[in-house]
Amino acid sequence: MLSMRDIKEQISSKKQMRKITKAMQMVSSAKLNRAQTDAQSYKAYADKLHEMVGSIASAQCNRGGKHPMLETRPVKKTAYLVVTAERGLAGAYNNNVLKYTQQLIEEKHQSKEEYTIIVTGKVGLQFFQKRNIPVIYSKIGLPDLLRFDDVIDVAKTAITLYSDKKIDELHLIYNHFVNAITQSLVDSKLLPLTDIDGEQSADKKVRYEYEPDEAEVLDRLLPLYAEGQIYGALLDAKAAEHAARASAMRNSSDNASKIIDDLTLSFNRARQASITQEITEIIGGAAALE
Amino acid sequence: MSTVHTEIVTPAGKVYAGDVHMVSVRATSGEMGILPRHMPIVAPLEIAMVRLKHEDEQTVDYAAVHGGFIQVAPDQITILSEAAEMKDQIDVERAQRAQAEAQEALNTLHESSKGYHEALLKLKRSELRLKVAALRDPVKQG
Repeated sequence: MLSMRDIKEQISSKKQMRKITKAMQMVSSAKLNRAQTDAQSYKAYADKLHEMVGSIASAQCNRGGKHPMLETRPVKKTAYLVVTAERGLAGAYNNNVLKYTQQLIEEKHQSKEEYTIIVTGKVGLQFFQKRNIPVIYSKIGLPDLLRFDDVIDVAKTAITLYSDKKIDELHLIYNHFVNAITQSLVDSKLLPLTDIDGEQSADKKVRYEYEPDEAEVLDRLLPLYAEGQIYGALLDAKAAEHAARASAMRNSSDNASKIIDDLTLSFNRARQASITQEITEIIGGAAALE
Repeated sequence: MSTVHTEIVTPAGKVYAGDVHMVSVRATSGEMGILPRHMPIVAPLEIAMVRLKHEDEQTVDYAAVHGGFIQVAPDQITILSEAAEMKDQIDVERAQRAQAEAQEALNTLHESSKGYHEALLKLKRSELRLKVAALRDPVKQG
C-alpha cells in the first residue's frame, strides 16, 4: 500500500496534468471556432467557383473538346495528398488517416513506382519516412489558423505534378469535420476533375460569353478550382484536428479528475487508518501504566 | 441611374459587396468597363486595380485584385480571386517588404531559372498593392 506521502504527491502531479489538458482543451475549442468561421467564409468562394466551373465545363463537354484536367487518362502513378497534424495529442486523428493510407497502398499497389505521397504535417511525414514510403512533396509547419497563402505552394505543386504528367491521379485523404465530437475519414479523387459535369440544372440557363475564348478561360479556371478544393480540404481537416484535440483533451481531463477522486479517497482512508492506529497505541500505553 | 450588385469574393471571405454603377477591370484581353445589364460574360483578370464607381458618379472604391475571374450574370457581377483587398485593407508595410524581397530575388535569379516567374508575380502583386494604397482620396481626384 502507498504511504500517505506518496499518495499526496500523486494527487498533486495529476492536478498539474489536469491543468495542462484543460488549458489545451480550451485553446483547441477557441481555435475550432475560428476554423469554423474560416470554413464558412471559404464556402461562399467555393460555391461560386463551383457554379462557374460547372457551367463552362458542361458547355465544353457538349462540344467534344476536353481539357487535360477533365480527362481521365490511364493511371500509371497515383498521388495521395495526406493531411495530418503537426503534433499528436489529438486522439485517433492522425492514426486514422495514416493507417487508412497504408492499407490502401498495400491493397492497390505492387511496387513503389505506382504511387507517391504528398503530405502535410510533421506526424505524417515522419510516419512515411520511417516506412520508406516515397514522399514527393511535404509541407510542415502549417499554422493553426490557415490562410490561403499558406496552402498555395502545396496546391500549386500538386497541380503542376498532374499537368506535367508525373502523376495521373490525385486523391485527397483527410479527416472531415462533421461536428465538434465527430470526424470522418474522407478519401476523394480530386484530379482528374470528373464530378463537375451535369451540374447544370434547368433553371440556371445563363449563356455566358467567354473572353477571349472558352479554352483559355478553362485553362485558368481549372487550376484555380483545384487549388480551391485543396484549400477547402485543408481547412476542413484543420477544423477536424482542433475538434479532435479538444475532445481528446476533455477526455483526459475527465480521466485525471477520476484518478484524483480515487486517490483522494485512498488518501483519506490511509489518514483515518493512521489516526485509528495512534489512538489504539495511546490507549494501549495508558492501560499499561495503570 | 441604375446599379448592379457587385461582390468580390476570395477564399478568406467576401471582400466587398454592394451596389455600384460601373465596374472597371483589366481582363487578360484588355480593359473592360461593365455597366448594369451587361451581357453575361466570364473573363480571366490580370493582376490589376479594380474600380467600383458608385451611383453618384463621384465616389469610387478601389480594390487590388490579384488575378482571378470576373463573372457577369444578368443580375449581378462577381469577381473571384485568390487574393484581393480593398484600398483601406492593404497592409502597406507588408507590401513594401514583399516588394523588396521580390526585387532581390529577381536580381539574383536568371530569367530561365526556377522561381523567377514566382518572384515576378510577387513583385507585380506588391507593386499593385502599393499603387492602390497610395491613391489619394477618390473624391478629390474627380
